[in-house]
Amino acid sequence: MTLASATVQSGRHGPPGGPHGKGSARINRNAGTWFLVLPALLPILVLSVGPLLYGIALAFTDAQSGRTRSTQWTGVLNFQDLLHDGLFWDSFRIGLVWAVGVTVPQFVLALGLALLLNQNLRMRWLARALAIIPWAMPEVVVGIMWRLVYNPDAGILNETIRDLGLGDGRDWLTGLATALPAVILVGVWAGMPQTTVALLAGLQNTPHELHEAAALDGAGAWRRFRTVTWPALKPVALSITALNFIWNFNSFALVYVLTNGGPGGRTRLPMLFAYEEAFRYGQFGYAAAMGCVMVAVISVILAVYLVGRLGGGEDR
Amino acid sequence: MSMRTRRSVRAGQYLALLCYLVFLAFPFLWLISTAFKPAPELGSLHPTWIPHHPTLDNFRAAFDEQPLLRAAANSLIAAVSAGFIAVVIATPMAYVMARHRSRLSAAATGWVVVSQAFPFVLLIIPLFLVLKYLHLINTLWGLIMVYVVWSLPFALWMLVGYVRAVPPELEEAAAVDGASRLRTLVSVTAPLLAPGIVATALFAFITAWNEFFFALVLLKTPEKQTLPVVLTHFLGAEGASDLGPLAAAAFLATLPSLVLFAVIQRRITGGMLAGAVKS
Repeated sequence: MTLASATVQSGRHGPPGGPHGKGSARINRNAGTWFLVLPALLPILVLSVGPLLYGIALAFTDAQSGRTRSTQWTGVLNFQDLLHDGLFWDSFRIGLVWAVGVTVPQFVLALGLALLLNQNLRMRWLARALAIIPWAMPEVVVGIMWRLVYNPDAGILNETIRDLGLGDGRDWLTGLATALPAVILVGVWAGMPQTTVALLAGLQNTPHELHEAAALDGAGAWRRFRTVTWPALKPVALSITALNFIWNFNSFALVYVLTNGGPGGRTRLPMLFAYEEAFRYGQFGYAAAMGCVMVAVISVILAVYLVGRLGGGEDR
Repeated sequence: MSMRTRRSVRAGQYLALLCYLVFLAFPFLWLISTAFKPAPELGSLHPTWIPHHPTLDNFRAAFDEQPLLRAAANSLIAAVSAGFIAVVIATPMAYVMARHRSRLSAAATGWVVVSQAFPFVLLIIPLFLVLKYLHLINTLWGLIMVYVVWSLPFALWMLVGYVRAVPPELEEAAAVDGASRLRTLVSVTAPLLAPGIVATALFAFITAWNEFFFALVLLKTPEKQTLPVVLTHFLGAEGASDLGPLAAAAFLATLPSLVLFAVIQRRITGGMLAGAVKS
């Protein structure tokens, strides 16, 4: 979520010392600098970069949890198995549907809210305050809360449906057809605030004079949005959308609490699948291979995002 | 634009804003409503927004059913330690990253972006094996180590932004006055950075307090588990759950992060806005 701020901040100019840090700050890169960097760098290398490489290596072994026999290299066997694992590709497809299904409405709704909050409206402090709630809540609580909303008997959703005379309502989270849309709605709700704030930051970046000039020239609201607002907003919008997609594709806790992948695997996201494979069935090597496939797909998306950002001309 | 269309545009804007308010608020209001309802009302087929006979029974029952206090204590220890350690080790590095454009900061920046794309499963399996080797599975220390590293990317991002907001000229002036580098950092830079450091620490705290996946994998026994993991025990095996205590516990678990987030929210969004405006 902070990458939104990062994308915004990275547009700022560096210190006046130039690209190699000589000059005004006058801090020579010597032992002293390393002393400052090491406390953070070491844990990063030992507990993040190292395990990541180890994890990739595991994908080429038959590692299992709690086994006495030593682990063997099996080459690409895991990936071959994965290729024929229909359940994994089902979950992959569900993951893509979920990621798109959450990211797109999230963006549209967040853009609308950001545009509203950018206006001089009276209740906007309340909207800002409310938007904190989904952001600050533990994902587990968000899941529990929506289970209470979706509860077939005691939930507010079915009660509202009954009150409006639209029928008896249904068991949203356990219905084969309704489960995925139901969890997608929760995903949209949960991730909207960060997107809104990022877009709002982008909006405030738009030069106000340009708006006024366009209005004086007689441009309507849509024209002004297209010619003035959107070009300024595009880099932020692109970044936040790519990141949202990645985060959503990798999400776990929300759906774990809402449906635990059910009914009949209809909401089993790739992370839930890999988690079960690793920590219920102990297939570490196989689950690591799944992780590798997920990274590969995400890398492609990240590449598109980086190219898009560079192409957007926002950066130095 | 005529007065009339302007007025109808305004009305449309307020209507849209109202829809957003309802959409954002209603699940949370329902959680609170459920938490205060007595058992008969929870079993009713026609639930109401306002409890007829509000009660605290659910809160009592929640503490009876699950070790909530211990779970909260575990969460608190993990989150405070993670927030504290993260800023202590990230601040110096963020300083170097902000003041130098070196290969190191380029690599660190790249790593920050890439780390956002990890599927955690690729990280957790090797971490699980490493922590097991170190006998740190099912310990809060193991979890804290993971949380520190996990929160470092965004801690660095936030802090780099805050350091850049401190004009280097101030440090130069101190250096010209003959202050040593350490002296400059301690008496000029640090005080200006303090609010940003606190905000970053609180943000790392909230992230750790809310975290679920790593805690689920690394903590095995109920007396070691953190609040989000213990909350899922309320859900029961086949989805049948005790709604009242579940809602009460979930509501309580949210309060600390809500309060803290409200405190630093302005700093987070403010930082984003400032960054955007200055670019």
